[in-house]
Amino acid sequence: MALQDVCGLHNPPLFPQWTAPLSRSFMPEDSTHLSGGGIHGEAFSTRLPGRGGLSPLEFYMPIAEYLTESPINFGQTSLSSALTKLLEIDHLYPSLPSISLPPPTPCPISPSVPLPFTLSHGTTTLGFAFQGGVIAAADTRSSCSGLVACPASPKVLPIHSHLVGTTSGTSADCALWKRILSRELRLYQLRHRRRLSTGGAAKLLSHMLHPFKGTELCVAATLCGWDGDEEKHDVASTPQHANAPTNQMTAIIYVCSDGLRLQGELFSVGSGSPYAYSILDSSVYWGMSVQEATAVAREAVYRATYRDAYSGNNVDLYHVTAKGWRRRERENLKEEYYREKERERKRRVIAY
Amino acid sequence: MISAQAYGGNGKVKEYHYTGPVEHKFSPYAFNGGTVLAVAGEDFALVASDTRLSEGYSIHSRDSPKCYKLTDTTVIGCSGFHGDCLTLTKIIEARLKMYKHSNNKSMTSGAIAAMLSTILYGRRFFPYYVYNIIGGLDEEGDSETYKQDTYKAGGSASAMLQPLLDNQIGFKNMENVEQLPLSQEKAVQLVKDVFISAAERDVYTGDALKICIITKEGVREEIVPLRKD
Repeated sequence: MALQDVCGLHNPPLFPQWTAPLSRSFMPEDSTHLSGGGIHGEAFSTRLPGRGGLSPLEFYMPIAEYLTESPINFGQTSLSSALTKLLEIDHLYPSLPSISLPPPTPCPISPSVPLPFTLSHGTTTLGFAFQGGVIAAADTRSSCSGLVACPASPKVLPIHSHLVGTTSGTSADCALWKRILSRELRLYQLRHRRRLSTGGAAKLLSHMLHPFKGTELCVAATLCGWDGDEEKHDVASTPQHANAPTNQMTAIIYVCSDGLRLQGELFSVGSGSPYAYSILDSSVYWGMSVQEATAVAREAVYRATYRDAYSGNNVDLYHVTAKGWRRRERENLKEEYYREKERERKRRVIAY
Repeated sequence: MISAQAYGGNGKVKEYHYTGPVEHKFSPYAFNGGTVLAVAGEDFALVASDTRLSEGYSIHSRDSPKCYKLTDTTVIGCSGFHGDCLTLTKIIEARLKMYKHSNNKSMTSGAIAAMLSTILYGRRFFPYYVYNIIGGLDEEGDSETYKQDTYKAGGSASAMLQPLLDNQIGFKNMENVEQLPLSQEKAVQLVKDVFISAAERDVYTGDALKICIITKEGVREEIVPLRKD
């Protein structure tokens, strides 16, 4: 019956079947986009053996036939000239925005006629390492083409006890891929009896996102973590490490859905990142204390929310050390704005 | 579904001016209007929606409510494209039955919300054009509305309703106010007032308001007339 087919009762997995019927029933001009969904549907017929309790989220696993299929058919432009018009943003086709590859960071705020519930990409997130560990901070505003869809969304998501990821891009994608990453890291930990390093986690995430390169999937995450065993937590206290970041177990890696994977000491992602970078570049140094680092991160997010329309509301701050991550209380930046106005007013009074 | 050539993404007619030959494509989506709203109090949850189904300048039906009862403790409000709303609720109901048969218990509100999230993501590249809000009680009988706040509006008039709810239920942006917990009577009255206001200013909202009130006794419905113009 139709509903049984839709629910995929006959063959697992359930979800990809729902995209399969759509792939062939539309007109050829539309197939470029919809075949993306169709390919998803067809490619899942080969399952990995031994996966008894199928999770519906297994569709991300790269399947051989899926990868050998030319990327031309997957959400990309077709060679035939009649279809090249699909490259441009089609104003009459509001549901399927442009096929063009998203730029690395930040992703465009919204296509000209946005999908009604795609959350937009405005955000400010940052992560940096210092002698006392890693700080990851972000604002909490989720916007959807001008409307604040959620003023209190968490953009820094803990992945496991010693790894935290900041998210930027489409909220749904980020939340889902973080969840998938957590699951894969946990499986790795159970199988190999050790935690996967941050670099390994970044590589894993990057490879999982690779099949979706060229589609509208937009994830720009900064993984901030502490590698190594807990016995080494005294590393940071010896003075010789004051200027030696290379001996530290911290790792900050930026992963983007178009395949970029960069390791570094300081990253800021999102539409508010230029403003955050200005604060961070001037104030972050390796030997800073935890209080200083927290204050700088908070200030950077605050300044970015001040200037960037798509960032705002609260700031979340996580601090990762050898003992794991610790979360600072979410702070409403509205109060900070009023406090600053008050300070400014007092300064003016004193000056005159 | 009328061809979407003259309409923009949200069903509003675009301005006319001559731009030369334009290629028209079949759009699988349409916007059928409607507003949904959910509020959660300490021991109750409400899901409310208007009952107007429109498309462009026409009203297809004045009696098409957008709240769907899923279990005795959960109601979902879906607005947006009516075709996708119907399919989505059908799929959710089928999945609920499957869960009931294999696990011998009903799905909790939280589980339904998590399942809905994965159902929607399964169609990541050809989405369901539906604004969903789930309201219900969890196992202990306390209530949860499945957006992060305890009140949320979705649909065409959501941008008008949400700030008012932020102010009246969340006491946001007000100074020196006494923050009383929300009682069921006050919540129902507030929802009625808020929809009456929305019907005044949003063309896609009107005709009637259906409120589903979920308490541990079950789901009760109330229908209130709204502007029909």
